[in-house]
Amino acid sequence: MIHIQNNSLKQYPVEKWDMIIKPDINLFEIDFKEIWRYRNLLIMYVKRDIVTFYKQTILGPLWFFIQPLFTTLMFIVIFGRMAGISTDGLPQGLFYMAGILCWNYFSDCLNRTSLTFKDNQHIFGKVYFPRVVVPISIIISNLVRFGIQFLLFVIFYIYYLAQGVSIHPNIGVLLFPVLIIIMAGLALGFGMIISAMTTKYKDLVFLVQFGVQLWMYATPIIYPLSAAPEKYKLLIVANPMTAVVEAFKYGFLNQQDFNFGNLLYSAGFTVIILLSGILVFNKVEKRFMDTI
Amino acid sequence: MNDIAIKFENISKQYRLGQIGTGTLSHDLNRWWFKIRGKEDPYLKIGDTNNRASRGESDYVWALRNINFEVKTGEVLGIIGKNGAGKSTLLKILSKITKPTTGIIKAQGRIASLLEVGTGFHPEMTGRENIFMNGAIMGMSKVEINRKFEEIVDFAGVERYVETPVKRYSSGMTVRLGFAIAAHLEPEILVVDEVLAVGDAEFQKKAIGKMQEVSHNHGRTVLFVSHNMGAVRNLCNNGIVLQDGSVSFFGEINDAVENYLGESRDYLVGKTIIQSKHRRYHCEKEVELLAAELLNEAEIATDEPLKLKLTLKVNNLKKREVRVKGMINANANTGNRVGCFFSENFDLPENTKPFDIIVTVNNHNLAKGIYSIDFNIGIGNPTTAFTDFDLLYNVLSFEVVFDDYKSKKLISKWAPFWGNSYYKQVEIEMLKNNMNITV
Repeated sequence: MIHIQNNSLKQYPVEKWDMIIKPDINLFEIDFKEIWRYRNLLIMYVKRDIVTFYKQTILGPLWFFIQPLFTTLMFIVIFGRMAGISTDGLPQGLFYMAGILCWNYFSDCLNRTSLTFKDNQHIFGKVYFPRVVVPISIIISNLVRFGIQFLLFVIFYIYYLAQGVSIHPNIGVLLFPVLIIIMAGLALGFGMIISAMTTKYKDLVFLVQFGVQLWMYATPIIYPLSAAPEKYKLLIVANPMTAVVEAFKYGFLNQQDFNFGNLLYSAGFTVIILLSGILVFNKVEKRFMDTI
Repeated sequence: MNDIAIKFENISKQYRLGQIGTGTLSHDLNRWWFKIRGKEDPYLKIGDTNNRASRGESDYVWALRNINFEVKTGEVLGIIGKNGAGKSTLLKILSKITKPTTGIIKAQGRIASLLEVGTGFHPEMTGRENIFMNGAIMGMSKVEINRKFEEIVDFAGVERYVETPVKRYSSGMTVRLGFAIAAHLEPEILVVDEVLAVGDAEFQKKAIGKMQEVSHNHGRTVLFVSHNMGAVRNLCNNGIVLQDGSVSFFGEINDAVENYLGESRDYLVGKTIIQSKHRRYHCEKEVELLAAELLNEAEIATDEPLKLKLTLKVNNLKKREVRVKGMINANANTGNRVGCFFSENFDLPENTKPFDIIVTVNNHNLAKGIYSIDFNIGIGNPTTAFTDFDLLYNVLSFEVVFDDYKSKKLISKWAPFWGNSYYKQVEIEMLKNNMNITV
């Protein structure tokens, strides 16, 4: 008896494990240190995302420019010329492009992060790494695209200035980094929530496709907030993307619909969505292979 | 220092069968309702054992149930069992792909796993990019991977395809690359799940050699799942047999394989009347084998002459002489052929009455293990060719356990990868004139 006790006492302190796998998932147990250790992988994912975007294409990176350019032209023809929707006296090219730039970043991030589990199941099923690396890499690689497309916006900007159109950036330009953070956080949060839910209920994949399209019309992209119909105004203002797009246009184009309170609301909304996204994602990533 | 590399404690895994669809939501809600009232998950109490062939009562099955075992550092553990026994599920849990339903796994060191066919590769990326990617997944720095890069490419033998996207690789090439990466990135624990089957013979040999090297020279732990019993015996020290999600045997690898294949000592066949199951191909049976008997005990020694009594019958009286060829297989059912013996030609009787002969094999040199004998009656020899009159499989079986015929000492320390032959008469001679070499 005594001998056995001694033995167990002696063994206990030397038991040191590098890894413990257990079934209960603590909702708030997020291993940030682990994510940091995988930063190398994050960088590779970002690079891959950017490169594979134009792999097997003839025009290569030019596609980064062509996409927003064509959308802007389309919007000018359809909404500007044919439907005659107001642009608040701003040059149509700049007005649409500003909206498209923001919206593209947000919607690309959202669409792609929401497919995280579905698109990567074969890799997730073979190797382990913190799954959150994938959505974060999407946010970052899209940011690079956003940066490239922003150059196009700057070129347009200079072109219009040279044409003698009066556009005046104001102090609101300084909010630009904040706007990017809000958009990224919002897309990441929503994307993680949706991706977590699609592992079990695939219906959401289709819903998201429609939802994002509808969402664009509830955001002042093709119309200024001032021209929004009274009936839907509340909905449009409640949309956290509205204040972001308005703030962008305010800073660069001096469009006067901007309201600082609305932007604070968006920021608060983003924090809540992002936190719940992280929690839900963290819970699902451990078991999704069983249900997907 | 703790010499246990991995410890499985009470690991269970429950799966839901059938489609995940309409029923899912109601079960989820029910589960949630139990949870907020502080009760245990109602679906954990039910569930059948996982026998894929029989129809069960419940929608829930236990893919694994109460698995407990430990793996020592430097050990090569074979995990064997039928399809659906839970081998891959166990490795998936160990590789953190999915979580156990209950239980804890504790492990020391980095784990690199190669699960099933096709690895965690990105099809769009080139071989080179994937090597770096997989390295990063295993938490290695760019410098470390760079150092190993040439070795990996060389081992995988995909030099020419390094800059090609992995989606263009053949399945064999993918597995080669996947294995090469996992084995070269120096994990403390290497998990290999039935991937070698896709590779060619050369690669299988290379991979097994690499795993041996990794465990013997570097003291790393290997977990190996395979249905190739020959490879398992060659590579592993210990084995675990899974059956319907539970451990049915844990112990020395040869015993584990025997347990799995259902060969135990009771099954050794010392005497046989030939039946149709012994013949796999049609033979003309000009001369036919009717029965065979091993005159030794079932457990023999390496240097013990093998005495076989065969009962033959002539069906075609034109044949004048014949010889017996015996083919010895290791591990009875796995069919790894170890060697052959030929008797002298002997004259046949001029009638069709059965007659007996005794064949003695004096120096079989077989090492520890279970063997079976296939018989071939015919004419010819290795310098001409052999024509079969009758061909019979798995006729007799026996086990070599003793080192020495007279002393009956057990060959207990024979390592599986030493092979199947044990050459006993080895001479050594010291040469005096070379003694002036200084060390």
